[in-house]
Amino acid sequence: MTTTVEQLTPRTRRNSELGLLVLAIGIVLLAWVTTDLNRNGTVPANIIPIAGGFTVLVLSVHVVLRWKAAYADPVLLPIATVLNGLGLVMIHRLDLARGKLGTDGDAYRQIIWTTLGVALAIAVIIALRDHRLLRRYTYVSMAVGFVLLLLPLVPGLGQTINGSQIWISLGPLNFQPGEFAKIALAIFFAGYLVQTRDVLSLAGKRVLGFTFPRGRDLGPILVAWLLAVLILVFQKDLGTALLFFGLFVAMLYVATERVSWIAIGLLLFGVAVFFALSAFTHFQKRVDLWLDPFSPQNLERSNQLANGLWGMASGGLTGTGLGAGRPWLTSFAESDFIFSSLGEELGLFGSVAILVLYLIFCERGVRTALGVRDGFGKLLAIGLTFSVAFQLFIVIGGVTRVIPLTGLTTPFMSLGGSSLLANWVIVALLLRISDQARRPMPEIPVGVASDDPSPAEVTQVVRMS
Amino acid sequence: MSELTLTLLRLGLLALLWIFIFSVVAVLRTDLYGTSVSRRGQRKAAKRQAKEQRKAARAPQPVAVAAGGAGGAAAGVAAAGAGAPAAVSAPVADGAPAPRWGRGRSKGTPTTLVVTEGPLTGTTLPLRSGGLLIGRNPECALVLDDDYASGRHCRIYPDPTNRGGWVVEDLGSTNGTFIGRDKLTSARPVEIGTTLRIGKTVLELRG
Repeated sequence: MTTTVEQLTPRTRRNSELGLLVLAIGIVLLAWVTTDLNRNGTVPANIIPIAGGFTVLVLSVHVVLRWKAAYADPVLLPIATVLNGLGLVMIHRLDLARGKLGTDGDAYRQIIWTTLGVALAIAVIIALRDHRLLRRYTYVSMAVGFVLLLLPLVPGLGQTINGSQIWISLGPLNFQPGEFAKIALAIFFAGYLVQTRDVLSLAGKRVLGFTFPRGRDLGPILVAWLLAVLILVFQKDLGTALLFFGLFVAMLYVATERVSWIAIGLLLFGVAVFFALSAFTHFQKRVDLWLDPFSPQNLERSNQLANGLWGMASGGLTGTGLGAGRPWLTSFAESDFIFSSLGEELGLFGSVAILVLYLIFCERGVRTALGVRDGFGKLLAIGLTFSVAFQLFIVIGGVTRVIPLTGLTTPFMSLGGSSLLANWVIVALLLRISDQARRPMPEIPVGVASDDPSPAEVTQVVRMS
Repeated sequence: MSELTLTLLRLGLLALLWIFIFSVVAVLRTDLYGTSVSRRGQRKAAKRQAKEQRKAARAPQPVAVAAGGAGGAAAGVAAAGAGAPAAVSAPVADGAPAPRWGRGRSKGTPTTLVVTEGPLTGTTLPLRSGGLLIGRNPECALVLDDDYASGRHCRIYPDPTNRGGWVVEDLGSTNGTFIGRDKLTSARPVEIGTTLRIGKTVLELRG
């Protein structure tokens, strides 16, 4: 067996990105026009400003990438564009069905949030020249993350919506701080694990082929578990708890290569869920709804899961066509159930296409993590990617009855400002890290070798500007 | 709006969505970066060896004796002593049968680095003007999976004083880099046939 190792120097691929973006914008506009044709029989009058605005928005990110991060991954931005655009179209379509037009509509708010999200992404790309700068804020982001997570529990600020206390209200705005806590905690876990992973992975006893950690190294995972249990008990939100604990366990596993962490994590989480199931009726109801959504008493209690399933079934292979189905019959059709709304109107082909887009998005995140050279960047990229993937699993798994339904937003698609802003920040961070990953390595200077005390240690100076 | 138009729009949207996915995948297919490690099976190597032998027979002067054939690295070691350009590291991607290098350079200039012992046996790397970093860090050109190697163990770069020559230098490694039995203390020039030992790994320079 012969092996050849070669360095491959990538092209920037910004032109491919431009081509894909044009296609992406085309898809979104076609979807928008189809919706209006199906509902009203006319091409909407406001298509020109909407199309123009959307194009300007997306192309400005593209231009900023050319300017600031020329080697960034070429497919992340087009995929985010299509997903965000399809979400917008579906929200607009539900607005039409409910007669909420113009500035009353959810779509209007969502367009504003999209604009803000894209602006925030551009700001992150410009302001953050190197993702390694974030490592300095490891413990700051820990504090920020924990505060954001526990903020909904503050009396007067937190709000209970649909049985879960994961919202805060600031004046007229409802906010889900958990979405931002996700990013802050991913930064903290990455910074923390890159420091401690040697201790966590080397010491330990081998039992049954697994290397189990020492008792005193269990501290961090127990703290994370305690936090998840707190969320579970006080915010009554299984989805958020699962997301954070899962994020921590996944990053721990990636950092240490120890399968035993996953076993320990699953065990701990199983204990917590068992406890929650026996103690809270809220969870018992959800599990009951999950196991048997079509029983008469469950339909009476909540028919959204059943309606979503019927909606997807009526879509069939190719769907009813955007604007021709009845997705508004499901409650929360524009947020938690946006996937089943799209499944109904785009059919199996469309919903699988959406899932494949998410899959490629996450694949690029993992590829970025593999490609980037510093440990912090690797862990951060994996953490961000995993949070998107896991959140998607929790919400789409819930909608399609793989796991009990818990309210989380579908990344990029669901109605909701905090989710959209947070996900655009994730895109910006991944673009920044992938720029580092794909950029050709600076060559080691030649000729100063033997005299200079440390010629090969060419450290890159990271300067705060 | 006629039913037909609406159906066409509906299917057209789905088609466009999938066209988008396939173009994304097409972009990804050509978007390779980082280090690529390509393994070649013995059959492929044997096939190339046969091809090269035929070519050598046809050529007026048999310059290139194809090496690195069926026996993999072992055969490569045996043949390379003769100073023939070893074909072990001919790039797989462009499928060129003849070695790319070794032509138009003075005799005795190494062009490739071959791992002859250790976990990575059989790995070859072309020497390039930017220099090669060897060690356990993933940023190195040759990433050693060897407990006795340091993160940045040593490097090989073009000799600044002697055009065409190459120099190896230890980067303050814990367990040292050896040429034969001598531990490297300063940068030393290397030539074809020089063997470097790093932990359990032995590297050889080939023409």
